[in-house]
Amino acid sequence: MNHSTHPRVDQPLTPLEARLAALRGDAAARSMDARALAALAANPGCDRRAVLDAAGVDKASLAARLGSPAAFGQSPFAITRGLVFERRLRADRCAELVALLRSELLPEASAQTPVEVPDLLPSEGPAVRAARTRVALSEAAAAASAGRAWTLLDRPLLRLDVAGSSVSLEPDAIVVGPDGRWTVVEIKSFPILDGSADPTKVGAAARQAAVYVLALRATASALDAAAPSAVRPAGASGAGKPGSPYVEPEGLAGAVRTTGLLVCPRDFSNVAVAAPLDLRKQLAVTRRQLVRMTRIETLLAALPETARLDEAPEAVDALAHAYTPDCLAACELSFHCRTQARAAGAVETLGRGVRGELGSLTTVEAALAATGEGEALARAARLREEALAR
Amino acid sequence: MSLLTTLARLEAVRAGVAQPLATVRHRHVSERPFALVPLAAAGETGAPLAMLLGSDREHPRLLTVPQPLDRDLRFAFLARLGDELLPYLESFGGDVELLERNVKDPESGEKTVEVRELCADAPQLIVPNPGGVELLGLFGRSTRFRRTAEDPDPGPYPAPARVPLLGRWLTHLSERANVPGSSMLLPLTSTLARHWATGQSSLEDAHLGALLAWIAPPEGSRGEQAASRAENGRDERGQLLVPPAGPATDPDFDSLLLAPAVTRYDAARSAQDEPLTRARAEEIEALLRSVLLPVWHQVWQGIDLLRELPPAAHVVERWEGDRWSYTGHRDRVAAGEPPQPLHDDAVTAARKLAQREREQVRVDLEEALDDPLAMAEHRLAGQAFAGEVVEVQPDYDTSGRSPKPRPLVTVRTEDRPHLDPGGEVHRAGGPSTQRAELAWLDAEAGLLTLRLLSGMGRKKEPEPGSVPEQGEQVCFTLFELSARQSAPLPDPEDTPWTHGGPPQ
Repeated sequence: MNHSTHPRVDQPLTPLEARLAALRGDAAARSMDARALAALAANPGCDRRAVLDAAGVDKASLAARLGSPAAFGQSPFAITRGLVFERRLRADRCAELVALLRSELLPEASAQTPVEVPDLLPSEGPAVRAARTRVALSEAAAAASAGRAWTLLDRPLLRLDVAGSSVSLEPDAIVVGPDGRWTVVEIKSFPILDGSADPTKVGAAARQAAVYVLALRATASALDAAAPSAVRPAGASGAGKPGSPYVEPEGLAGAVRTTGLLVCPRDFSNVAVAAPLDLRKQLAVTRRQLVRMTRIETLLAALPETARLDEAPEAVDALAHAYTPDCLAACELSFHCRTQARAAGAVETLGRGVRGELGSLTTVEAALAATGEGEALARAARLREEALAR
Repeated sequence: MSLLTTLARLEAVRAGVAQPLATVRHRHVSERPFALVPLAAAGETGAPLAMLLGSDREHPRLLTVPQPLDRDLRFAFLARLGDELLPYLESFGGDVELLERNVKDPESGEKTVEVRELCADAPQLIVPNPGGVELLGLFGRSTRFRRTAEDPDPGPYPAPARVPLLGRWLTHLSERANVPGSSMLLPLTSTLARHWATGQSSLEDAHLGALLAWIAPPEGSRGEQAASRAENGRDERGQLLVPPAGPATDPDFDSLLLAPAVTRYDAARSAQDEPLTRARAEEIEALLRSVLLPVWHQVWQGIDLLRELPPAAHVVERWEGDRWSYTGHRDRVAAGEPPQPLHDDAVTAARKLAQREREQVRVDLEEALDDPLAMAEHRLAGQAFAGEVVEVQPDYDTSGRSPKPRPLVTVRTEDRPHLDPGGEVHRAGGPSTQRAELAWLDAEAGLLTLRLLSGMGRKKEPEPGSVPEQGEQVCFTLFELSARQSAPLPDPEDTPWTHGGPPQ
């Protein structure tokens, strides 16, 4: 039985999908979102997280069953506040959001251009929604090139291939402007106070938005390929710097702006304010990390064919982890991995930079042994001892 | 993180208890500090939920907001905070010392004596962590521009009388907390982490409970067990055994205990049942007290730990900077100046940045001079060396009219400074500032021969005690031992208009 949240399955499962579903067992599937992808891109060497996310395993309940639950979660007050803010923006066919975007994104000359807010069938299954989003995007592109209207796509659904499995992503909104450029809009409930916001939160939002830009580019290239007659700058093979991480793609994919738009409450109020968000760096990093990720099939080889995480959660230990203290803020399984890393005496438990500092000394024991006479850390150890003895 | 810090952390892992990172205390701890443990309402920017505060550790005062969404209740909270905090802050303004300095009148060129006041002591607020500093800054931002009923134009929502004044003080204190080495508003976790290395990462050190568990683990348990219990241990109701030190509350506390209590309070209030409303508010108070009291005890435990360390020699001098800062703000408030602006103008911003850079350099230097462990970092990096004087030879510079003393001092050291002959070094811990240059070195034997260049008086023979003697322990650094003054900023009328000067 499969309690997946994807009830309207259109195609039969591929062997990989079937294997991942079996690994998940009877537990409900968690769809991979941009937050998870961004976290994965921040630690691409973690096989454990890659497989668990691809299989849609609920890491929080897995951690609880393993006996080291993480203190993750959001206060009901914060959730309510975030929902109220989003609902206000989206009320009345996104009236407030449209007004804000009109003043932020549109040049003055086209400020009066009518706006389209197509229905993206939000209650349908992911396959239908993804298809609907594709159609809406190509219609919006056509409308924009004809100069008829600009379009706001409210909660579209995009697909992105990550390490051999397909991921559904749901950006807050996408705007197709009258100039034909596409902008990713990210709605967050942290405030922009006196023109600035918490850099960690902005960074997290930018990493998520970068994932959406990548997915949007992938969708745009697919649209391009499906309609070869579409307007395409002929001969402009911008292969000047193929290796450059900042090279812009061609065709429709080039219409996706690398500047996102962050929509947040202003100061202490509930009034929305928008700010542009430069995503180029996050795009380059995320793209590189996603390409670098090992294919899920290869990672699955470490697990026995019959492994089921809902029945035997400790099977997860067969997958290698790459624990760093940064995981504590990003992964539900972090306490479990930390316990294992500490038991193994890994120096990474003391901080990400420590590994680089100690070079080949990868365990606490080896590093402490190196404080002996004539060893690598002997000088440092003697200086410390001398200073403390005084 | 430096290699010596890493080494200390490794030792802490082995020992199961935190290891010293400093031999002296590098921050001032007042005799009468004022501790605050603030909690913020989740999801609302700068909205207070509760605070435990006071300078009497046995009798903390509890302030709460039973419904954080209600702005009237919020301002009532801030008014009560002002009633508690302002008398403490203002109590240091009366006792002043008078300092004289000679100033030259810019027009007549006459020298006059100017007398300035400097408060004899300054207030010290201690919060659990940097998040607490930030929250106090947010309180300051949200209140300092408010109008009160006493204003000529009070507006539709006048704030209680002393709330804007509180906002200005909080803004000043949280700004001052950005200055390296200042101690007027001290976040406890980073101060403790400066003095102890735990067997966990610096990210985990931000949890006050876990940090204290490493520094002073309970009898019979190791740091990592105690820290893990502090981070994650839960009771049968699903509540954390050691509540977080704020300003954010545990989400499970919010959803399982606080949210239902707030709902009951709202119901009683909308039914206009006053005794019941009061009872419901007291329920919320009891809940919040139960999560704040453990943190309150942790804060005072942390203060006790800091007090056990002997103060470093330069701490008093740096605290004087805090006293000047306090006196300056006291004077600005008394002179009726407007509240601090939202954004600094270019000149003020440049001044603040320059001050912070200068203070950072100064703190680094002073810590190295005060603390052999801090100096060891520089010695390991090849930026300093210490050792025993094995030979002193008098020598003279006879190039001028009268000969000057230029004695040669040979030091035996195991350190490997990045120094070539002719390179300049500075004596640390000597009777006065003293420069020297490396004359020659014997790296095999670890012998460095230095020629002293200054700090020996003006006579032909060096002043007694100014030249180290044979057998003495000395320490020299490759960097200068005082912070350089940056060039002064131009006067307002000479500042370009792009930087806030007068229009052309």
